[in-house]
Amino acid sequence: MTAPVFLLLAVLVVAAALTVVAHPSPVYSACALVVTLFLLSVFFVALDAQLVAVLQVIVYAGAIVVLFLFVIMLLNLTQPESRPTAGVPVVAVAIGGGIGIAALVAAALRRVPPPGAPVLPEGFGDTAALARRLFTAYLLPFELTSVLLLVAIVGAVGLTSRKG
Amino acid sequence: MPVDVAIAAAKVLFALFLALQVMGLGVFFERKVSALIQDRIGANRAAIFGFAGLGLVNTLVADPIKFLLKEDITPAQADRFLHFVAPCASLVPALATFAVVPFGDVLAVGGRLINLQGAELNVGLLFVLAMASLGVYGVVLAGWASNNRWSLLGGIRGSAQMISYEVAMGLALIGVVLTYNTLDLQEIARAQGRLLWGWVPAWGILYQPLAFVVFLVAGIAESKRIPFDLPESESELVSGYFTEYSGAKHLMFMMSDFVEVVLVAALVTTLFFGGWQVPYLAREGFHFPWGTAVALPLLVVALLQVTAVAVKAIAFTWLQIVIRWTLPRFRYDQLMRLGWKGLLPVSLANVMVSALLVLLAERGA
Repeated sequence: MTAPVFLLLAVLVVAAALTVVAHPSPVYSACALVVTLFLLSVFFVALDAQLVAVLQVIVYAGAIVVLFLFVIMLLNLTQPESRPTAGVPVVAVAIGGGIGIAALVAAALRRVPPPGAPVLPEGFGDTAALARRLFTAYLLPFELTSVLLLVAIVGAVGLTSRKG
Repeated sequence: MPVDVAIAAAKVLFALFLALQVMGLGVFFERKVSALIQDRIGANRAAIFGFAGLGLVNTLVADPIKFLLKEDITPAQADRFLHFVAPCASLVPALATFAVVPFGDVLAVGGRLINLQGAELNVGLLFVLAMASLGVYGVVLAGWASNNRWSLLGGIRGSAQMISYEVAMGLALIGVVLTYNTLDLQEIARAQGRLLWGWVPAWGILYQPLAFVVFLVAGIAESKRIPFDLPESESELVSGYFTEYSGAKHLMFMMSDFVEVVLVAALVTTLFFGGWQVPYLAREGFHFPWGTAVALPLLVVALLQVTAVAVKAIAFTWLQIVIRWTLPRFRYDQLMRLGWKGLLPVSLANVMVSALLVLLAERGA
């Protein structure tokens, strides 16, 4: 990805992410979340990870946020929520967390090899290569994740069918 | 590099052009077929200098002008921004999907072979699903932003319906992927050029008949037309999620429904009916099973293929129009039952059986 395109996308994605947090209307926040996720998938495409990009759109932008919107509309949260002013502890935690994340990112960046022409293995990011890894080297974690999802589904059904 | 960009742009524009031409013809057929089915004379009120062209003037000239010149009203209590965005959010994903639908094999221009497909994605089928899932937002946002109870009900119904049928649609596609071992629609279309027993074209319908039925039904449900038009059902919800839209925005919603009809037709064609394949036509020309061979230049072959994909897509558009004017609307519980208790188990079974057959075929080979 060329630098101008990256910068433009970066500005857009940060603006969208800030809108998610800052906008008073929950519907707008959800819409901004869709935009954020969609723009992130553009980054994935630029990084030769087409499969991850498309899955990001299908699963997050397409399915999960639609359910958010669905719930927001069913509850009819049209009134912007009144925001309690943040107390000193909240501000302190926010600043502390921000510094912590910044330190983590800085530490991670120091370990990244210097930019150059990265050599990607043949078939990097395509479906076949990813599937092969998923069903050989990472088979156990993959299957365990599906069990986790199954537990979540059973739990959801159990919660809704409880009497009273 | 500029040449590559120009070629890519030309391919995408041509894919869009082809899709919109088929759509225009489809709208014309819709008016005429509905008139035929209801035993009346339809779409013959507009004419230019006495030329009505069987209603072509009506559907392709008078109707669009009427829509574009009508007053565009935004309700006073509506959310103005989202009310404006919703029609675009509905139409754009549907049109974008045509980028991955192949419309021919290859074309040679200036010594290079050009793949006749808008965008060559190795995740083409997943791109189709991604765009289908983004199409929900137009409906949901239109319903919410209009600040009208009918619209809201329509939007909520629409989102529930589209999410439900996407599940069955995705599972039906897994059967197709198992058969062809690829997610690229162009590769799927190419694979259907083989012949079974030397004379039957190996089209997807022969391998995945169940997936075809599930995909077609789920696809019609995605386009939100009768019998699946609960989001807009005019006898209950006025016009559902686009009750509060007029003029060009109303046209965009109607267009996106119809673009989806053409899209479903194009995808059914590509996945189950050979895409651009003409029986016995290879890159060099015709090779008939009885031994006759007719050599053709590549350009003629490509033109035949583009014609083939357009004709097949029009045929399936026609089929969907006939279904729309024949069946009554589902009740909401029937709609959900068909999606979750009918199509979903069938498509799951299809995945299992297909996987087993693929495994047996590999063992046998």
